[in-house]
Amino acid sequence: MAITQLSIFLENKPGTLHDTVKRISEAGVNIRAMTIAEVRDFGILRIIVDDVAKAMEVLQDDHIITTTEVVSAVMEDKAGALYDILQALEAANVNIEYMYAYTGEVTGSANVVFRVDDIEGAEAKLREAGVEVL
Amino acid sequence: MTNYYQKEIETAPREEILKIQNEKIRKQVKHVYENVPYYRNLMEEKGLTPDDIQSVDDIKKLPFLSKADLRDSYPYGMLGVDLKDCVRIHSTSGTTGKRVVAFYTQNDIDLWNECCARAIVAAGGNEDDVCQVCYGYGLFTGGLGLDGGSHKVGCLTLPMSSGNTDRQIQFMMDLGATIICCTPSYAAFIGESLAERGYKPEDNKLKAGIFGAEPWTEEMRRSIEKSLGIKAYDIYGLTETSGPGVAYECEEQTGMHINEDHFYAEIIDPDTGEVLPEGSKGELVFTALDKEAFPLLRYRTRDICVLTREKCSCGRTHVKMCKPMGRSDDMLIIRGVNVFPSQIETVLLNEGYTPNYQIEIGRKNNTDTLDIYVEADPAKISDKIADIQDMEAGLASAMRTMLGIGPKIHLVPPKTITRSEGKAVRVIDNRKLHD
Repeated sequence: MAITQLSIFLENKPGTLHDTVKRISEAGVNIRAMTIAEVRDFGILRIIVDDVAKAMEVLQDDHIITTTEVVSAVMEDKAGALYDILQALEAANVNIEYMYAYTGEVTGSANVVFRVDDIEGAEAKLREAGVEVL
Repeated sequence: MTNYYQKEIETAPREEILKIQNEKIRKQVKHVYENVPYYRNLMEEKGLTPDDIQSVDDIKKLPFLSKADLRDSYPYGMLGVDLKDCVRIHSTSGTTGKRVVAFYTQNDIDLWNECCARAIVAAGGNEDDVCQVCYGYGLFTGGLGLDGGSHKVGCLTLPMSSGNTDRQIQFMMDLGATIICCTPSYAAFIGESLAERGYKPEDNKLKAGIFGAEPWTEEMRRSIEKSLGIKAYDIYGLTETSGPGVAYECEEQTGMHINEDHFYAEIIDPDTGEVLPEGSKGELVFTALDKEAFPLLRYRTRDICVLTREKCSCGRTHVKMCKPMGRSDDMLIIRGVNVFPSQIETVLLNEGYTPNYQIEIGRKNNTDTLDIYVEADPAKISDKIADIQDMEAGLASAMRTMLGIGPKIHLVPPKTITRSEGKAVRVIDNRKLHD
């Protein structure tokens, strides 16, 4: 099952990230994972949170915010773990738009988030390869 | 020593100029009444016939013309002669919606070129000079206007047109240009480019520059004069009245002499239309006294300015106008191009955006910058950087097509455009154009 990522468009100027995170913080929403992709004039803050609906509620009024379904796979903390996952996706001919990782709930593991063009295909192939999908 | 192109008229006593104006206006009103039905209707609405206009004092009775009239009568509605007698058009930069097409007979061009020749001679030009014209050639009046003036004076004319700075500098240095005509911001840019190439101000042969088509400050003038080692002269005009050369500066550099034998100037209250006494600040209105093909009477320029008849040390007797101090409408002049905020709004709507935007104009390296901030619709935004960049590039391209200049587009989140008292601030001009 895919998980929902929030993508928040941020102008590249002082204070924007601060204000956005403050809002999430005040709503008591936990940010489980985050990454920022940036170009010269703007950035996109991508976050995985524990309460998507609540985060949307406090942000959507004055933010450009989109929800994106992403694949999150559990990866062991050992050499070659990412390669195994990528091999599975490669075999399914899935294109990865971007990816990032965050610490998993189980010690010794990480969660890898993939934005892909074929979520169902990716997830099926990962499970087939014995990878745990969140 | 002051030189003149047409000394007799340029230094004519006031009463002589007035006499010429009175003769010309009687003839011109008759010409317009008989040949331009659009204006004849406006006159008839006011119960006027040519007999009511016997002197320039009667001009205030005549109806105004504005850009809206030119749009309504586009393209041929203001034409005062048969097309077979027209030899050229020029057009304002800008968009289809606001574009003005002006027509010229050969005589119109000759008189206009003479006006430009007066400007060149007032800047110290003569037949020994090499005059580099780097205003755009084509529909824009700048290039061909100064080109024609340069020919009349007998300068060796370098018809460079705008852009290609490397080539400009090469010709300037190799051929020893002594006079340069362009926008002030381009002059400043050339000055910087020369310095970058290791040239000192005394390395070029330039002595004078004739700069117009966009607002500039005294501070900018001094800086250009220093970087090019020249004296910088202001020139004024608009396509509707012919082009540059309606008014020009002399060596005193304290305002531009209006060529009053061809143009009658008034200052009006932009709200009431009432003519204001000499020395008042108000909107500049021109009546072309002898134009044949595009004979506009009482055309509202929307430029705010002051006229003065104080005696000028150059000996010229024609009234002087100050640099325009602003606009009575919302037109912006950016890189010499006329831009209306409404045009930007039109593009946004055409491209599927909401008209929540802000224009920020600045000046970087002496070139105007145009940044447009647009509130984006969250529903249309992708989470991928490349998609957003494509959206910005697409909008920038549509803007360039409409405006004639390319802006930098910034998509911003909804409700983030600054609003004061609930009303969005549409234009922020950081250029400090008016002293």
